[in-house]
Amino acid sequence: MSVETPVAPDQLVRDKATLLGFHDVAMTFPNGTVALSGVNLTVGRGEFVSVVGPSGCGKSTLLRIASGLESASDGTLELNTDHIGYVFQDATLLPWRDVQGNVELLAELAGRGPKIRREQAAKAIKLVGLEGFEKHLPKQLSGGMRMRASLARSFTLDPEVFLFDEPFGALDEITRSRLNDELLRLFAEQHFAGLFITHSVAEAVYLSTKVVVMSGRPGKLVGTFDIPFPMPRDPDIRYSPEFAALVGEVSHALKEAHS
Amino acid sequence: MATSTIESVTAPARRTVAPKTPRRKKSAIRWVGPIAVFFVMIGLWYGLSAIYAAKDQGYFVPYPHQVLQALTDPDTFSDLMDALLHSTEVAMTGLVIAIVLGMLWAIVMSQASWLERSLFPYAVVLQCIPILALVPLIGILFGYNFQARVIVTILISLFPMVSMTLFGLQSVAKQQRELFQLQGASRLTLLRKLQFPAAMPSIFVGLRTSAGLAVVGAIVGDQFFQRGNAGLGVLIQVYASRLMGPQLYSAIIVASLLGVLVFVVFGWLGRLVVGRWYDFS
Ligand SMILES: Nc1ncnc2c1ncn2[C@@H]1O[C@H](COP(=O)(O)OP(=O)(O)OP(=O)(O)O)[C@@H](O)[C@H]1O
Ligand SMILES: [Mg+2]
Repeated sequence: MSVETPVAPDQLVRDKATLLGFHDVAMTFPNGTVALSGVNLTVGRGEFVSVVGPSGCGKSTLLRIASGLESASDGTLELNTDHIGYVFQDATLLPWRDVQGNVELLAELAGRGPKIRREQAAKAIKLVGLEGFEKHLPKQLSGGMRMRASLARSFTLDPEVFLFDEPFGALDEITRSRLNDELLRLFAEQHFAGLFITHSVAEAVYLSTKVVVMSGRPGKLVGTFDIPFPMPRDPDIRYSPEFAALVGEVSHALKEAHS
Repeated sequence: MATSTIESVTAPARRTVAPKTPRRKKSAIRWVGPIAVFFVMIGLWYGLSAIYAAKDQGYFVPYPHQVLQALTDPDTFSDLMDALLHSTEVAMTGLVIAIVLGMLWAIVMSQASWLERSLFPYAVVLQCIPILALVPLIGILFGYNFQARVIVTILISLFPMVSMTLFGLQSVAKQQRELFQLQGASRLTLLRKLQFPAAMPSIFVGLRTSAGLAVVGAIVGDQFFQRGNAGLGVLIQVYASRLMGPQLYSAIIVASLLGVLVFVVFGWLGRLVVGRWYDFS
């Protein structure tokens, strides 16, 4: 894990080597449902791309293809790393393991030794601010803390590509906004390539270097918005007129895509 | 009903001051009901005994104190304890075998849907066979002692283990399974680290049911296979045929206590093992 000082914006731009790429990707399920058609999208190191789109347009399918859980029925997937992190909408913690045990799980499955595992878990737990809760069971945690544990679990694998499927969708506004800030800080520190799915346009604009809008099923990319605000991001940017204008533009595109 | 309403209204307010008081009071109230019912039943029993005594058939329904006398009589007591020991032995041997067989059966079925489709119907068939119809055959094949009793016990107690283990193994959420899949976890790892721990709560529910049935099996087995060490079932038949009312009732009570004990012990065991993370109620 390369814990560095926050990366300067110009360095982010320099590093934009593609880590994840969809080239003309289409997905037709065996039952005939066409979930995606002709998706072209690349995500490079230091890029954080958010996808917004109407429900059922194939956003989760996109991530499942990227992670290898599903294979595209057409087109090619470019993946230049095997360190992939996947954060599901639910925290999917194992209820019989405490936070420490849950955070160690992926490293354990990857066959890493107990000592390394413990160190990595300790580091990841610190990264998400869950120190002191190592011995707590999932049922003793709040929804936000469970999500942090889930994030920490993925971090132990040093992901270079990080996939998020509406991770904060079930959280209240305040917790969500705090976790957004955490995620931005982690992004600046860890320098991964992020592909983030959300229903909240404001969240997408705030977190991302790029926002793409998908159309209703079959999902296609119908709009791309580069977000010009510098990283690390100033939380107050959310209250600026420029921010509001961008959110407006993306929302408008989303509404067009819906109809 | 009225008390519980008052409880729920006052409890939250009190809890902020002294958290222990309401809970202790509640547990005291909780015991009042069952104890009252117990005394009512003893009273009814006395009434019934009096009716039978008047008809000169006192041995059909002896008075509770006569039963207590028989139960504490040293000779009867030692007969009862011997029989209890042998029945427990049969029940626990059968139960252990049923647990192992049932879990293996369920694990095999959980590996592929075609295996489940092929094997599950036979678990249901096993459940549907009237065991009593098989009993004479079991006697012929396995003799009329310990072995035959254990086999009856297994047949009676197997199904809950099979079905509850299978249910538990399949209760794993799709995303949790995918989490393992993403790391390329093998079937064995999936079973050991995900499915089996997730199945523990329902395995314990099955275990508790099976344990109760194992006691039934041991006593039923006894009544058909009278050779070898006599268990409670044998004793019950002997007492019944000799019209030894008080002894018969004390044997029935001991058998019931064994059933209750097994139920309580396995319930407690379940809470001990998974109660930390799983709430059974
Ligand atoms: N295994 C499958 N077999 C058949 N159809 C599927 C399968 N998985 C998903 N679909 C269909 O594909 C479409 C896209 O599903 P997907 O889960 O990717 O949508 P989504 O954009 O993530 O929706 P949401 O925002 O509600 O999460 C839906 O119409 C869904 O019903
Ligand atoms: Mg989805």
